[in-house]
Amino acid sequence: MGRGSRDYAYWSIAIAVVLIFALIPVVWLISVSLKPPEAVTDGRFIPSEVSFDNYKSLFEGGIDDSPFIKPLINSIVIALTTTVIAIVLASFAAYAIARLEFPGKRLILAGALAIAMFPPISTVGPLFDMWRALGLYDTYPGLIIPYLTFSLPLAIYVLVAFFREIPWDLEQAAQVDGATPFQAFTKVIVPLAAPGVFTAAILVFIFAWNDFLFAISLTSSDASRTVPAASPQPRWW
Amino acid sequence: MAEIVLDGVTKVFADGYEAVKEMDLDIADGEFMILVGPSGCGKSTALRMIAGLEDISSGELKIGGEQVNDRAPKDRDIAMVFQNYALYPHMTVRENMGFALKLAGVDKGEIDRKVEDTAKTLDLSEHLDRRPANLSGGQRQRVAMGRAIVRDPKAFLMDEPLSNLDAKLRVQMRTEVARLQSQLGTTTVYVTHDQTEAMTLGDRVAVMRAGVLQQVGTPADLYDNPKNLFVAGFIGSPAMNFMPAEITSGKLVLPIGEVDAGELAGGRGDGKVVAGLRPENFEDVAVVGDLRQERGLVFEAEVDLVESLGSDLFAYFHVESEGIQSDQLADLVEDRLDETGAANIREGEEQVVARLDPTSEVRRGERTELWADTARLHLFDPESGESLSNS
Repeated sequence: MGRGSRDYAYWSIAIAVVLIFALIPVVWLISVSLKPPEAVTDGRFIPSEVSFDNYKSLFEGGIDDSPFIKPLINSIVIALTTTVIAIVLASFAAYAIARLEFPGKRLILAGALAIAMFPPISTVGPLFDMWRALGLYDTYPGLIIPYLTFSLPLAIYVLVAFFREIPWDLEQAAQVDGATPFQAFTKVIVPLAAPGVFTAAILVFIFAWNDFLFAISLTSSDASRTVPAASPQPRWW
Repeated sequence: MAEIVLDGVTKVFADGYEAVKEMDLDIADGEFMILVGPSGCGKSTALRMIAGLEDISSGELKIGGEQVNDRAPKDRDIAMVFQNYALYPHMTVRENMGFALKLAGVDKGEIDRKVEDTAKTLDLSEHLDRRPANLSGGQRQRVAMGRAIVRDPKAFLMDEPLSNLDAKLRVQMRTEVARLQSQLGTTTVYVTHDQTEAMTLGDRVAVMRAGVLQQVGTPADLYDNPKNLFVAGFIGSPAMNFMPAEITSGKLVLPIGEVDAGELAGGRGDGKVVAGLRPENFEDVAVVGDLRQERGLVFEAEVDLVESLGSDLFAYFHVESEGIQSDQLADLVEDRLDETGAANIREGEEQVVARLDPTSEVRRGERTELWADTARLHLFDPESGESLSNS
């Protein structure tokens, strides 16, 4: 056995150990999900009897009666809307910050950073009162707005970093080639910043998708409750 | 195609720096105009104002007879070649070249036809579906040219397009640019800091210094009749030699001898002047025929250094000098320093380069008799730097 193949073997073993360690909790989750309700606490890793009842019960009763379908739709719509709005707004803001000189530029960046560092929990109480007064409580916008507030700074920071990397000349070349500033932005800058745009979009989406705090505080029914907020409800058990 | 007219065009940046001052320049339809000068002289800013990438602070810019001061770059119908080419990395060569046409709403068949025609003249046909990152420097440069040509714009603006190429490719592309321009006959403004490019490419050359246009003329005109010390020193390689001189009662006293001031001085009375003589106006006495010796000046000098290039032989010697004080020359020295990394001026001396016949047998460290063609002397006012010979 040569040195190369021995190294290869060691690495394979090391990787396998890490993989098993990381994946066991996931496999455990799958295992439990496949057990019938009465066997959930039997402590066996491999279910003695495989049942899809748990999955079926989530979707039983269609959109009106299922405890899961409406929150899933809410989650998808709210997270996607947040992502789209945040990316559009953040790319305009980031572009201006990366390219233009204007008074208050530092203030905007500092403000964005301050908002990102602000503890969300402290905004929940006031938001709850305000949303009820404004009729935003338990609605989609009622969640999308605070999600935007906390995800925009992050998206702006990520996008500024990417936009700064794109040479100025490219945009000027596009302008000389006959592009309006908006065309130069959409046809040259955005495609080149695509990796950054995706990074920012994924981060915003995950933030909105996973949020529990606002979702549990600012919703009261399936009208807008998202999956993280709906899953601890007694109906699921 | 169109003429470009700059009338008192001035650029003042937000921080108050005046990059271009009151520039007047008429570029004729189809003309190849070179803007040349050391770095920071405002030539690129002038070009960018023509492109519309910089606002014009005051003055008027006309392209094709229309005032375009306030028009966006896209409405000026000009194409620009950038120093770093500025090719769109996410597009293929074909898409890069067709981008402007696509924006203009030209139909696809027409775009393809034009791009392929242009690619053929530039020898890029095989590379149309590759991306800029996979091309060599020379190919990228040709794509940048192609992107400009394919549009058939009113004018080409080129911002040091060859400066990123290696020396050999630069010479090759230089002839290529000249060929293309004369074939297309499109008005071209070409910015460079390289006086060789300026001399070989342009129909006319505009020399700039510190934001001020110094002289505009054909390359030969600038070479033979420089208007001031700066132009004289900038145009030509090796540069013109300068030495302090004095006019006393009709005689011009040079560190290498005396000659009749005559027409050279342009009617100037007694006083100090700066004399300039190009390297090729010197010769080894042993090589010069007797006939030519009669109208020139023979002098003796100790040769500091000899450089033989085969076709030419450069001999360096020095003359006594208390130094020449001139802002214009100071600028040149700085520029030369950037280029060669060596200053050639010692305290109390002025270095002189002579281009001699390659058969000359001058040796380093030896005293040699040299001949100077004093009919070719240029005289300048030491204060203003203006030429006395053609005022």
